[in-house]
Amino acid sequence: MSQGDFKRSLKEHGSSVYGEHKSWLALRVDFPLLLLLLLLMGIGISVLYSASGQDLNYVKRQGVFMGIGMVAMLVVAQFEPRLMQRWAFVVYIGGVGLLIAVVFVGAGAKGAQRWLDLGFFRFQPSEVLKVGVPLMLSSYLGLRVLPPRFKHVSVALLLILTPAILVGIQPDLGTALLIFAAGFFVLFLAGLGKTYLLGALFFALSVTPVFWFYLLRDYQKTRILTLLDPQSDKLGAGWNIIQSTTAIGAGGSSGKGWMQGTQSQLDFLPESHTDFIIAVLSEEFGFTGVVCLLLVYVLIILRGVIISINAQSMFSRLLAGSITLTFFVYIFVNMGMVSGILPVVGVPLPMVSYGGTSIVTLMLGFGMLMAVSKERKRMGEQL
Amino acid sequence: MSDFSTLKNPQLESRLYTARASFSLLVVILMLGVLLWRYHDLQINRHQNFATLADNNRILVRALPPARGLIYDRNGVLLADNRPSFTLSIVVERSENLDQLLSDLGELLVFKDTELARFEKLVKRRRPYESVPLRFNLSEVEQALIAVNEHRLSGVEISAQLIREYPLGQELAHVLGYTGRINERELRRFDPGRYKGSHMTGKTGLEKFYEDQLLGEVGYENVETNARGRVMRVLERTDPVPGADLQLYLDSRLQKIAIDALGEERGAVVALDTVTGGVLALASMPSYDPNLFVTGISTKAYTALTSSPAQPLFDRALRGQYPPGSTVKPVFGLAVLDSGAVTMGYRIYDPGFYQLENKEHKYRDWKRGGHGSKISLYDAIVQSCDVYFYDTGFRAGIDVLHDYGTRFGYGVKTGIDLPAEAQGIMPSRDWKKGVRGRAWYPGDTINVSIGQGFMLATPLQMAAAVSRLATRGEVHNPKLVSRVGNKATPAVSQPAITEIPDRYWDLVLDSMVGVVRDLRGTARRAVGKLEYTMAGKTGTAQVVGIKQDEKYDASKLAKLQLDHALFIAFAPVEKPRIAVAVIVENGEHGSSTAAPVARDVINAYFKYYPELLETSETAVEEGNALGVPPRLTENDHESG
Repeated sequence: MSQGDFKRSLKEHGSSVYGEHKSWLALRVDFPLLLLLLLLMGIGISVLYSASGQDLNYVKRQGVFMGIGMVAMLVVAQFEPRLMQRWAFVVYIGGVGLLIAVVFVGAGAKGAQRWLDLGFFRFQPSEVLKVGVPLMLSSYLGLRVLPPRFKHVSVALLLILTPAILVGIQPDLGTALLIFAAGFFVLFLAGLGKTYLLGALFFALSVTPVFWFYLLRDYQKTRILTLLDPQSDKLGAGWNIIQSTTAIGAGGSSGKGWMQGTQSQLDFLPESHTDFIIAVLSEEFGFTGVVCLLLVYVLIILRGVIISINAQSMFSRLLAGSITLTFFVYIFVNMGMVSGILPVVGVPLPMVSYGGTSIVTLMLGFGMLMAVSKERKRMGEQL
Repeated sequence: MSDFSTLKNPQLESRLYTARASFSLLVVILMLGVLLWRYHDLQINRHQNFATLADNNRILVRALPPARGLIYDRNGVLLADNRPSFTLSIVVERSENLDQLLSDLGELLVFKDTELARFEKLVKRRRPYESVPLRFNLSEVEQALIAVNEHRLSGVEISAQLIREYPLGQELAHVLGYTGRINERELRRFDPGRYKGSHMTGKTGLEKFYEDQLLGEVGYENVETNARGRVMRVLERTDPVPGADLQLYLDSRLQKIAIDALGEERGAVVALDTVTGGVLALASMPSYDPNLFVTGISTKAYTALTSSPAQPLFDRALRGQYPPGSTVKPVFGLAVLDSGAVTMGYRIYDPGFYQLENKEHKYRDWKRGGHGSKISLYDAIVQSCDVYFYDTGFRAGIDVLHDYGTRFGYGVKTGIDLPAEAQGIMPSRDWKKGVRGRAWYPGDTINVSIGQGFMLATPLQMAAAVSRLATRGEVHNPKLVSRVGNKATPAVSQPAITEIPDRYWDLVLDSMVGVVRDLRGTARRAVGKLEYTMAGKTGTAQVVGIKQDEKYDASKLAKLQLDHALFIAFAPVEKPRIAVAVIVENGEHGSSTAAPVARDVINAYFKYYPELLETSETAVEEGNALGVPPRLTENDHESG
């Protein structure tokens, strides 16, 4: 590819394709996805208002993050997927470089070194890799004959494990897991053979003891042990899980009502506006609320899968598919850990948990999804 | 790039992708199913369970301690009040780190080891989410220090409780007693439900005796708290029921007069309403300030009280056991007459001593040289002749003395509404056999006949006995409390002493009048002129035994070895309203030191309640036998 591709695409979307529309509609936007995301943001903001104890500062800042995320998404959506494929390598190398920088000059928080202090804001390089890894993997495998051969699988694994391990030793188990998952999904969607899958499973089982005894830190072990028996340490590590399952269960079928959840409003629920916000929603809106939220999520996932299936290149398919499945991993891990079926790892609930980084990262992903979805029409016309 | 793309098969890869994506979607839906199953399980199947857990988290049942009942005297003067006191407590469950919290608190307030030890003990025994007291009676400065640092003292609470205050201080210490913090023994004994939220209980006196009535009923409130234990709102409340107020028969003015009359002396004054048995004054001096005990007395102050030779903590009126001495003579006079041992006209010769037949031992009269010849019962009581009672007591025998003494309440608890009343001793053959393991000797009877020897009585028993004399045998248990809340407490009366003929009563009571009125009456000079009629009897209780031929010489004895002075009295004679017993420890003679105290109390009583005298004057006009001058009565005896 050359610079010419990008210039041509810009020219085209300005003239031939959308010529009959008004200029603002000329933006490449997937409207079903945009509507679903706006709906999700609305749910997120209202739950956050309650979870933060009616603190408008949180709501305002979350609104700003969402705005930034929306702009980022729309900007990314305008790029040609082929251009992304070309520049993926740069993003990936840059991300890994920053991760290595973190090891040397990073700022710590809660015993983990994750941040780069850039003076005006603190930045988590691992977030770059959440986008960078699927980009890189899709870019690499999209050009290969599929299903991938052993050589390509090996290179792909190297590409996945390097950043995943760098993030894992920070230690940030949640993000490492998401990075690994994003890369693995690309491999899987690219048609990774059954032998490899079984081998990976066997390998995973065999390295578990190594993980347990050499790689996991004490607090990580505690989280896993706590999952098995939260009552063993009621006021320590088990407290979060006991309080969150209590909040969820107390919600019942229809909930206690908005801002009426006693567990969160009376501060029994820890991290209620960040990682544990689903417990607030569950307590205040009940099982009905949970089902509604999941429905929105499922519609987004369905839309993502449809976009990916209809994508015009293997790179686009793999990228869109990986982004969509990673989005689901967020949901599953977060809701699983808060309800006590998974160990507590720091994974936010997408678009609902408070936090700028995760929202912007997610929206960048959705921007790529939109870019892919619009590629179809252009390619269709071209073909 | 082009090398690979030439080998790629777009259709095949697209189908491969679609298959993998569909499979992934299937897995996604299955995993969503797992999430839904989990949330359904928590929110629908186990909802009740978690709803309860959430409520237990936030709803704290707080006990509301009731206000303790107040205590008033007969005229509504407040004797025991409640005042607020602030307590620092900790809810351990709400503190993040108890040791850290205690050390943070230690920077603000200085804690004694004993405080911390008690706290640790209570922490082990607490119910979950119960606040455990650490420091009582916070000063305003301490409260402010805690309030300012509240943000970093998670789990700390300051609560206000009402604690006791006794406005009259030491004047009523022995009557009211005091409240104090519940100790371990009480904690085991008490119903924990009733004492939830209360740290105080009655330790002695009325506070202890009427604990059940004064305590009240604990209230409850369900409060919603946040995770740090701060109360957000009250959900439900059952108000506590305050304890019942007590009203006493006691008149605080009379009590004050009794105490003032005792002055610097050690002793006790008991004044009873002869009609009801109500206690009008009950003083034991020296006394102590009960307010010191309410918030916990310092070891130093407590040691000072316990080690004082004057024994201020000792309630002499209720627990002091003294030989009643000559104050028993009217009772034994009735005994020897009514038992038929001697007749009303019986007279003796008193050479100053009494000897049993064939015995060398001389039982001395208090008056060297004796009271002379022809001593009748009247003379014996008026002049307090010992030999008359040696003689007649011996004739009647110990069984008779024991029988009548017991009927007048000696050796029997009076049943007053105060804890730990002493029983005294009315000796008998059985008693000596049981306690001393020896047979009864005639000499024992001689000693008992003048209220000495083995015989012991409390000032309260002496007052109860004189009240029975005054009313010619009515037996009312002395009682302090007249009303509990709105209900009058029933008077407790025992069967009256009925079988003694009026003429014996007349003689004995007339002679008691003679004690204060007759020219030779032992208390005439000490009592002086009165605006009403009074009957009395002096007494002297030996502290050290005097050897056979030794003379009692006060100047040779240390103050603590001097005789105790006793006086019993009632008034007005025609229609008795008040009975008084006074003991002045080491006061030597009942006449000089004890009688004026009794007179002052009775004077004051009729000054405050003159209407009680008016009725008695009517009685005089009606020609009551007791109103006749004593001389005539003696003539009657001669004729009888």
